[in-house]
Amino acid sequence: MIPTSDRPMVEADRVWKSFGKTQVLRGISMQVEAGEVVCLLGPSGSGKTTFLRCINHLEKISAGRLLVDGELVGYREHGGKLVERNAREIASQRAEMAMVFQQYNLFPHRTVLENVIEAPVRVKKEPRSEATERGMSMLARVGLADKSSSYPGQLSGGQQQRVAIARALNMRPKLMLFDEPTSALDPELVGEVLDVMRSLAEEGMTMLVVTHEIGFAREAADRVVLMDGGIVLESGPPQQVFLDPQHDRTKAFLSKVL
Amino acid sequence: MIADQQETIRTADVPEVKAEPVRHPGNWIGAVVVLVLGAMFVHTLVVNPNFHWKVVGGYFLSGEILGGLLRTLELTALAMVIGICLGTVLAVMRASDNLIMSAAAALYVWFFRGTPLLVQLIFWFNISSLYPRLSLGVPFGPIVVSGSSNVLISAFTAALLGLGLNQAAYTAEIVRAGILSVPVGQLDAAASLGMSNLMTMRRVVLPQAMRVIIPPLGNETIGMLKTTSIVSVLAMPELLYSAQLVYARTYQTMPLLIVASLWYLLVTTVLTSVQLRIERHFARGAGSGPVGTLHEFARRAFAHHARFRTPAPAGAAITGGR
Ligand SMILES: Nc1ncnc2c1ncn2[C@@H]1O[C@H](COP(=O)(O)OP(=O)(O)OP(=O)(O)O)[C@@H](O)[C@H]1O
Ligand SMILES: [Mg+2]
Repeated sequence: MIPTSDRPMVEADRVWKSFGKTQVLRGISMQVEAGEVVCLLGPSGSGKTTFLRCINHLEKISAGRLLVDGELVGYREHGGKLVERNAREIASQRAEMAMVFQQYNLFPHRTVLENVIEAPVRVKKEPRSEATERGMSMLARVGLADKSSSYPGQLSGGQQQRVAIARALNMRPKLMLFDEPTSALDPELVGEVLDVMRSLAEEGMTMLVVTHEIGFAREAADRVVLMDGGIVLESGPPQQVFLDPQHDRTKAFLSKVL
Repeated sequence: MIADQQETIRTADVPEVKAEPVRHPGNWIGAVVVLVLGAMFVHTLVVNPNFHWKVVGGYFLSGEILGGLLRTLELTALAMVIGICLGTVLAVMRASDNLIMSAAAALYVWFFRGTPLLVQLIFWFNISSLYPRLSLGVPFGPIVVSGSSNVLISAFTAALLGLGLNQAAYTAEIVRAGILSVPVGQLDAAASLGMSNLMTMRRVVLPQAMRVIIPPLGNETIGMLKTTSIVSVLAMPELLYSAQLVYARTYQTMPLLIVASLWYLLVTTVLTSVQLRIERHFARGAGSGPVGTLHEFARRAFAHHARFRTPAPAGAAITGGR
């Protein structure tokens, strides 16, 4: 997972997204460098989830350009025109990045190990033994090797979210997207998930994390980006943004969460 | 982990719960009434000679009846296979974002649910009066093969088409409800892992939808078992019609209806146990214990009745509180 090129992993250039008449993203521009950890903060409804979903092409953007690892997401440029990629290409683009959801979204009818190897075996056509071996080491990494044959419903929220991270890791993604991974958890379970994320950050995983955990952002993020009303208000190293916010709305938001 | 805790509690010197259970005199009175009524019913079955149990026994395994039974089972199985396959396709079409596809599926369901099955059966049986010849070829173009409708659509084919196509409309609605019961987050997760739509349907959505689909589908199968008797209008000797053919000769109406009913009950019993088995298979991973079984429902609903307590199911790690 060591960055191999110096082009940004995520490059958003004036990204717009509207649902019908509601404009949710109104010209988001930002970059995430390879190996960087960026935390995305902002009040509820500011468009953070929508932006993450656009990066994964779970939502189609309405205007602007969005590139991951130098490739347009969901489109290709052909003679100066944008052409939609077919389902197969979109799927393989998605397989290169991983997303961790607020509600875990594990497959409840499959065991923990089956969850972790499902996509490597079915999507990437890896041999089952290989995917299983790596899957077990991913589970060990998140501290759940002994739960491999449990069903998700038998685990606590924190354990489920760690399985979701292991499932994401087993795809060997070059980028990980986290959408409020700890918001659905009881307070005493937040720490175990953040610990796993912190260790990923230390290993150089490229991460874009939507979170309300200011403590995590302060320690683990290389940069924080503050969104409000579908635009980027402010971005910079955590120390700078938290201690010396430039924008009034940033100050107002931070005064509520700090 | 939790099992460990229970182990330590048991080995420690903790006083056992030995409380007097609450008395429920109403339950006792109810049970006695039911038992008395049941005894009266069995008594009349035995002493009333008009039931002609000898005749029932004599025909129960007769060739005519068994042939009818076989025909009934065959029709039920094949009609359900057609119904489930076509119904699933219709449900997936219905959920598609292609307007033509979903409208076509909706139209199909509207038509086949909206007209009486009897009419549909007679329609298929008499299709030759509308289309004397059926042919296969290029649309609006040359014909490849062709044959007389009367030859191609036998009474059996007409019965299968009628029952199967009708069943597909109902099954489509059942499968659709099942698909809708799967949280959309599952679709997001599958998509974000790079799974294709088809793979998502097969590996993620349908297996979870099964929990919702199987109980009504079991109901439909048992219903179909008896609905097949309607094909007697096409002069097909299935179970009921075979019995009717016998008593038309012998005038032993009641005993032969009992023969047929006993067979229907027997097959229903088998189908019910198959259904329970399938339900248990698809319940895996649901909730933290054996949720979804009526047994578990009763255990929780009547948890305060000491005598409803059931032994802990094997492998249920988190049942706790017993
Ligand atoms: N599918 C949709 N259709 C219509 N409007 C939507 C849709 N998804 C999101 N929105 C709207 O877009 C806005 C931004 O939503 P989004 O979920 O991106 O916010 P968020 O920053 O993630 O908020 P939160 O912190 O509450 O998760 C909201 O006003 C929401 O109502
Ligand atoms: Mg959100």
